[in-house]
This record gives sequence, structure tokens and C-alpha cells, in this order.
Amino acid sequence: MPEILDIARAQVLERGTGLDEAGVLAVLRLPDEHVPDALQLAHEVRMRWCGPEVEVEGIVSLKTGGCPEDCHFCSQSGLFTSPVRSVWLDIPSLVEAAKQTAATGATEFCIVAAVRGPDERLMKQMREGVAAIKAEVDIQVAASLGMLSQEQVDELVEMGVHRYNHNLETSRTYFPNVVTTHSWEERWDTLRMVRDSGMEVCCGGILGLGETVEQRAEFAAQLAELDPHEVPLNFLNPRPGTPLGDRPVVEGKDALRAIAAFRLAMPRTILRYAGGREITLGDLGTRDGLLGGINAVIVGNYLTTLGRPASADLELLDDLKMPVKALSATL
Amino acid sequence: MTAKTVESDAGTTRTVEGEAALWCDRCGERAAEGDHAACAAARELEPPRYCPACRRRMKVQVLPAGWSAACVEHGTVRSGY
Repeated sequence: MPEILDIARAQVLERGTGLDEAGVLAVLRLPDEHVPDALQLAHEVRMRWCGPEVEVEGIVSLKTGGCPEDCHFCSQSGLFTSPVRSVWLDIPSLVEAAKQTAATGATEFCIVAAVRGPDERLMKQMREGVAAIKAEVDIQVAASLGMLSQEQVDELVEMGVHRYNHNLETSRTYFPNVVTTHSWEERWDTLRMVRDSGMEVCCGGILGLGETVEQRAEFAAQLAELDPHEVPLNFLNPRPGTPLGDRPVVEGKDALRAIAAFRLAMPRTILRYAGGREITLGDLGTRDGLLGGINAVIVGNYLTTLGRPASADLELLDDLKMPVKALSATL
Repeated sequence: MTAKTVESDAGTTRTVEGEAALWCDRCGERAAEGDHAACAAARELEPPRYCPACRRRMKVQVLPAGWSAACVEHGTVRSGY
């Protein structure tokens, strides 16, 4: 057994202390034949420190496309020749999306907008939308609206938004290669305000943006320092017309290494499968990740792309005897 | 490849399924030219982006359990919800 896994067993599994950057890097460098061992240990860590339940979430785009930022992976930037057009979702459709999500047994519904940060029009849509959802649907509402002012943070808390997503996307050192219209530090500032407000912090990123394995380890360590309630883990799904549109997808084995490594860095966090798993891991890999540290999923479609049918994921969880977290457990 | 516009914005149904699509609804190039096998494969996990009848970029909304794609000229296509 590689030394790093013995260290992780004593430190992470037994004491609940996550691996540091060097430890994460060692896991990311494990040879193929030891990836199953890393996944097994990550699964034990998840079961020990999080339990068997899986948190299920649905997401929807409230405002699609036309974003002024230049995140190089994103088809919603108005700066690229992506085929994605700008469009707003109306309130009845937003409530319908929340109902579709709740019908899967999900406890989380995240409202997302492609913006630098919310303007008054978006905040008004959020006020009306969150109120309409809370009146008709039994589900927790989260939001992802870009960078916030303190006043906007306070207003989201007042609306009853319980969790805020703002991804750092990649490591601090690699971020300028991915985004040039704002800084990693600006994102960190929003996350600090969200944390201080009492909202739960949801912060993850995308693997496969061209970062090195060292930068992947750096990213895991920076997330661990932030200590978010939830870490959504995306794998690049190269989008036509974006600067990263021709990048290769992450190899399945590398994706599984990363899942194990991120779990061993953050033993207590909600580690969520987000976008890209369908093309990176497929059905078998999805199962391996759920048995390797993942304890949350986004079900159904994503913001501009489609996912597996929610029923396929729910059947898989049933097969794995992993109960879906109930709403009562989140309140 | 076939066009599947089924509902106009005015609310009337106008089924054109079975008509030959002029344009690939993923890449927006001529459907009859080039190989669109990769587009067809990608469309398993993507909604359409271009109107197959006129090549206009459509307004696409993706919901957790379905999607709709609207062309100002040829109406709205919806997935099965």
C-alpha cells in the first residue's frame, strides 16, 4: 500500500483531519493500480464523517447567456461565438423547475444566473421567484448569482436563500489563465461575505481546464482552507465557441483520482457530482465515484446541457443502498 | 436528420416532423454537407441550438426535466417532459 494511503487512513479516517496540499498531490500521482485503494479509503472517510445519505439537488438557469465575463470554459459568455442566446426564465417556469426537482426527492434547488453580479432586475426576479417557490414547493432554495455586494448578501438571507454557490473554479495560480475579467480574490471576497452572513457556502470548480496536477492539488488545498459546506466537482465539458472548446475531456481514471483526493482533503464536506460526469465517467465511473467519496449529486439537466434522467441516478443510489437525504434532515 | 418544430409562438401546433432539415441543429452548418455524426452524438446531452429550417440561433431554456428551443420564425420545439 502506498505510504500516502497509510497516512490518510490514520489522519483522515481516524482523526478527521484532511490531507494537506502535498498529501493531495501524492494521491493525485498514485499509479493506476492503486486508484481503487484510494477510492475505497475515500469512501470509508465519507461514510465515517458524513454518513451514507446522499444530498440530491436540481439546478436551473434564471438568466442564460449574455454574460460580460470571459470565463473560458463557459458557453454563456457574451464575449465568445457560442450559440447560446440570452434568455430569461419567467416565474411560472421557475416554479415548475422547482416542482420537477422536488418530484425527484431532491432537497436542494439552486437558481443560477449568468452575470458578473446581480443588478436590480435580477434581484427583483429573485425576490419574486424565491417567494413563489416557497409558497408552492417544499424544497431548500440556493442561489448562484456571481459576485455580491454586502447589501445583496443581506437581501438573499432575508429572502430565505440558505446556501450560496460561488465557485473558485480552479487554483489561484491558474485562475488568470481561465478568467481575465475578474480575479480569484474578488471571488474569495464574495465567499467571505457569504460565510459571515450565516448562509451555507457552496464552492467548487472545474477539473480539466488545462491545470497541472500540482495546480489541482493547490486547488483542493485552497478549498479546504475555505472549508465550504459543499464542494461541487465539475469536469470540463468543452463547449463549442469557447476558448476551451477544443480541450480533451478528463480521463476517467484521473477524475476518480481527483474525487478520492478531494474527499481526503475535505472529509466532512458535501462533495457533489456536478457537470461533465456523463462524458468523463459514464455510467460505470459515476458508480465508482459514489463509492469513492462523492455524497451528493445534481440530478436531471444542467444549465445549458442535459444530464442523465434523474430516475437513472436515483436507481443507482437505490442499488448502492445509499438513502437520499430527507428534507427534514436539512432543516 | 429531420426537423421537429411542433408548436408556434402563437400557440398553434405546426408539426413538420419528417421534413428534411436544412441545417444541423447543433453546429448550424448545412445538414447535407459534412459529417454530423459527432453533432448527433453530442445532442444526446445537449438541446438544439440552431433552427433546422432557417439556421437562426434559437432561444433555449433548459429545465431540470426538459428543454424548449424557440425560433422566431418557426416556433418552439420541446423535449418530452
